[in-house]
Amino acid sequence: MASEYSTTDYINHHLTNAVMCTTENGIAFNKACKDAGFWAWHVDTLAWSIGLGVLFLWIFTSAAKKATTGVPTKGQAFIELVVDFVNQNVRDTFHGKSAIIAPLSLTIFVWVLLMNLMDLVPVDILPTIAGLIGSTFFGMDPHDVYMKAVPTTDLNLTFALAIGVFFLILYYSIKMKGVSGFMKELTLQPFNHPAFIPVNFILESVTLLARPVSLALRLFGNLYASELIFILIATLGFFQLPLHFPWAVFHILVLPLQAFIFMMLTIVYLSLACEDH
Amino acid sequence: MNINATLIGQLIAFAVFVWFCMKHVWPPLLGAIEERQKKIADGLEASEKAEKDLEEAQAQVAEQLKDAKAQAAEIIDQAKKRASQIVDEETQRGHAEREKIIAQGNAEIEAERNRAKEELRKQVSALAVAGAEKILAREIDEKAQADIVAKLVEEL
Repeated sequence: MASEYSTTDYINHHLTNAVMCTTENGIAFNKACKDAGFWAWHVDTLAWSIGLGVLFLWIFTSAAKKATTGVPTKGQAFIELVVDFVNQNVRDTFHGKSAIIAPLSLTIFVWVLLMNLMDLVPVDILPTIAGLIGSTFFGMDPHDVYMKAVPTTDLNLTFALAIGVFFLILYYSIKMKGVSGFMKELTLQPFNHPAFIPVNFILESVTLLARPVSLALRLFGNLYASELIFILIATLGFFQLPLHFPWAVFHILVLPLQAFIFMMLTIVYLSLACEDH
Repeated sequence: MNINATLIGQLIAFAVFVWFCMKHVWPPLLGAIEERQKKIADGLEASEKAEKDLEEAQAQVAEQLKDAKAQAAEIIDQAKKRASQIVDEETQRGHAEREKIIAQGNAEIEAERNRAKEELRKQVSALAVAGAEKILAREIDEKAQADIVAKLVEEL
C-alpha cells in the first residue's frame, strides 16, 4: 500500500457507496456530491440490487413458464423446493387469506439472499474492476471510484424493504380491523381505560414503529459488520488467507439465515396485523 | 451510509419486484406444485384402490375355486352313487328276468308234461281198450263200454 493510501483509507474506500447527483454543472459523482443532501443516489446499491432482483425474477419466471405438472426437471425441482419452503412457512404462520403475502415472502427471501451472497465475493475484486474501468475509460482517479457490491450493507435498501413491509402492516391492520379498530388497538391496549389512552398510544406506537426499524437495522447491522470483518481480514495475512476462508464458511450459514429471518418476521408482523385481539 | 434518494428508488424497485412476483412467478409455480400434488394423491389413491380390487378378485377366485371343487366332488359322488344304483338295478332286473325265464320254462315244462301225460293217458286208454278188445276177442260195443273206459282213463 502506498504511503499516501493508508489502511484507514482502504477501509473507508470499501465502505463508501458510489454516489450520483445533479448539481448546477449537470450530473456529478462521488466527492462532488458531498453537499447534495437527500437527492443523491447510491448507484452501486441500485444497480446491484435491481440487477439481482431482475436475476431472481428471470430465473423464477423462466422456471414458471416451463413448469409442468408431470415429472419436474432438476432446475424446476429446485425452484419448486424454494417456493414450497416459503409457502410452508407462510401457511404455518399466516392463517388469513392473502394473495400478496406468499409472493412477498418469496421475493424478500430470494432477493435478500442473493444480495447477501454478494458478501461472499472477495472484497477487492469488484472495486478493483470498477477502479480499472473508471481510470481506463473515464480518466478518473481509481481511488475515487467506489463500488460497494453488497446492497444489504446500505441502510437505504434495508429501510426500503422495511418501509414496504410497514406499509403492508398498516394496510392490513386497517383492512382487517377498520380505521376505528386499528385506532382502538393503538389506544386501548394494554390498559383498557380512557385515562390510559395517551400512555397506551405511546406504547403501541413504539411497538408498531419498532418493527420496521428493527427489521431494517438487523439486516443492515449483520451484513455491514460481516462486510467490515471481510475488509479487515483483507488487510491481514497472505492474500487474505487463512482467515478469509473460515469467515466465508461461517457466512454460508449467516447469509441465508438473515434472509430467512427477514422473511419470517415479515410474515409474523403481517399475521399480527391481520389478527383481531 | 446516509439516507438519501436511493431509499425511494429501492422502494419502487421492491414494489415492482413484489408485484411482478405476485403476477407472473408465484401463481404458475404454486399451481404446478399443487396440481402435481393432486396428481400424486390421485395416483396413490388409484393404486390403493387397484390393490384392494385385486385382493377382492383374488378372494373371489379362491371362493369360486372352492365352490367348483365342492361341486365337482358332489358330481363325482352323485355319479358314483348313480353307477352303483344302476348296477344294483341291473342286477336286480337280471335276477328277475332269470326268475321269470326259469318260471316260464318251468311252466312250459309242466304244461308239456301235462300234455304228454294226457296223451299218454289217452294212448294208454286206447291201448287198454285195444288190449281188452283183443283179450275178449269179441266184438264189444265200444259205446256200451265207454263209461268203463272213461272210468279207467280217470283212474290213470
